[in-house]
Amino acid sequence: MAALSTQPHSHGAVVPVTSRAEHFTSYDVEAFEVPGGREEIWRFTPLKRLAGLHSGAAATGSAAVEVNAAPGVTVETVSRDDSRLGTAGVPGDRVAAQAYSSFENATIVTLPGDAKSEPTTVTVTGAGVGSVSYGHVQVKASQFAEGTVILDFRGSGAYADNVEFLVADGAHLTVITIHDWADDAVHVSQHHVKLGRDATIKHTVVTLGGDVVRVTPVVQYAGRGGDAELFGLYFADAGQHQEHRPFIDHAQANCRSNVVYKGALQGEGAHAVWIGDVLIRVAAEGTETFELNRNLILTDGARADSVPNLEIETGEIEGAGHASATGRFDDEQLFYLQARGIPEEQARRLVVRGFFQELIAKIAVPEVRERLEAAIEAELEAVGT
Amino acid sequence: MATLEIKDLHVSVVSEDAPKEILKGVDLTIKAGETHAIMGPNGSGKSTLSYAIAGHPKYTITSGTVTLDGEDVLEMSVDERARAGLFLAMQYPVEVPGVSMSNFLRTAATAVRGEAPALRHWVKEVKGAMAELDIDPAFAERSVNEGFSGGEKKRHEILQLGLLQPKVAILDETDSGLDVDALRVVSEGVNRYKASGEVGVMLITHYTRILKYIQPDFVHVFANGRIVESGGRELADVLESEGYVKYTGKTEAAALS
Repeated sequence: MAALSTQPHSHGAVVPVTSRAEHFTSYDVEAFEVPGGREEIWRFTPLKRLAGLHSGAAATGSAAVEVNAAPGVTVETVSRDDSRLGTAGVPGDRVAAQAYSSFENATIVTLPGDAKSEPTTVTVTGAGVGSVSYGHVQVKASQFAEGTVILDFRGSGAYADNVEFLVADGAHLTVITIHDWADDAVHVSQHHVKLGRDATIKHTVVTLGGDVVRVTPVVQYAGRGGDAELFGLYFADAGQHQEHRPFIDHAQANCRSNVVYKGALQGEGAHAVWIGDVLIRVAAEGTETFELNRNLILTDGARADSVPNLEIETGEIEGAGHASATGRFDDEQLFYLQARGIPEEQARRLVVRGFFQELIAKIAVPEVRERLEAAIEAELEAVGT
Repeated sequence: MATLEIKDLHVSVVSEDAPKEILKGVDLTIKAGETHAIMGPNGSGKSTLSYAIAGHPKYTITSGTVTLDGEDVLEMSVDERARAGLFLAMQYPVEVPGVSMSNFLRTAATAVRGEAPALRHWVKEVKGAMAELDIDPAFAERSVNEGFSGGEKKRHEILQLGLLQPKVAILDETDSGLDVDALRVVSEGVNRYKASGEVGVMLITHYTRILKYIQPDFVHVFANGRIVESGGRELADVLESEGYVKYTGKTEAAALS
């Protein structure tokens, strides 16, 4: 755990090597060097397992995108030169730029303005074992729209993409992204959120499957009053690498953000990485932000890296905080439950389910909630086997 | 007839350097229908006795036996002991975030009774038991012990005692930190449990005040890891006026003056 800040705060100041504000972004893959693994933003990622997504691998197939749209929601498949694309943000690393330079078609999902819509599901299925593919999805919530979009990633292969969320003034968008990949899959993804005035997003990332999953959600505010809630829930098994790198860029006044990521890890080589960056720029007076990451290590051999970074360039804020904790299973909780007759395995499950409960309770789509509860049960079945 | 029999029990705790012996030969038999008060100064090993019987992993039994109706308790896992009919009301009940009290109670009752209680009866049973202990029904949906006050935690320990109906209950300083009203409510809960069947109670306490509400059949003085004196109710009265000085050489009151 480390705390980085440009000015002293409660736990002592560390001056960051480079400010998050100076991070390079570009749509052009050639503008980035091929990472070697020592770079700050790549040092946790097992590059050897990325199937060349970071070093120029050409697409060998395309992922299938299927949209089950709610009434009133429009779905378009557009070519890569559609001028609406890329407006929510600019790729922030080489793989995102590679994806942006490589996709053939993009899917644009638009929620109608001034209306409430039912959940829409976008299912992306990888191009198959050994394949490389790139994709692009844009979700647009029109002015005063209110609705939910579920992104469901499944199947095999290596896949890199950018997902844009344009939330217009006064719109309320709920997004649930589920990484339910097959064991071989590699997914490197950047999410670009742009919030209009008084717009809100509730952005949940769930990572269960895949060999390597690396997700970088970036939130930018285009006006005052924006509110971003970023939740993450992950379960890493033996050999899995799951990396989540949320970045909240507060550049507007009176906006709010809240980040809560929780993960459980079990098995040899299970690795979770969480890098939570929050930047409060000079203009972002009245900002209120909090970020939290908790990891629950269930067995030996699993490892969690958790790094919250908070940079504050103005003193005129409502509040800013962060917390990170990684712990072993609490034996006292286990003892208490067992002392009431509950067998050990069942007691463990109760504690882990309880650990995730706070986040699961926030998922407003019952089918998704049930699917996650079942997935966590299935993961727990595997404990100790 | 339930009988908990403790014979020459020696228990050590693993500390940073060497194991440290805390219990130095405890002998005690608790039969159904009996209430035994274990009284002693701080640090005498009273809580260790309760945790060792419940099977807390921190404590190592170095010699001696504990049996419940002839069955070897020390061979059992923590949950097996509970299902065999032992219950420990803890001095510091543990918080379990994200697990609702109602889910916890039902899971525990299912484990101890061997089958899931019928839902309709169960809801009624829990509601009734909560009302008897002046517990707000809203607590059922809160996480186990999370954010509960000391008194609320103790009430919930006694709630579990009533619902799980063990053969022998060990109450570890259940009275500590309770105000007068809470002490009365909790004591009534223990007395209801006592009256409900042929059960035994081991009441561990530092102070005599709970004995005004719960009548002990036997009083044992615990000092330096063993029982040093046993008697009836009158022994508590002596402790009340004289304290533990006789057993420890230090002045430590057994009464709240």
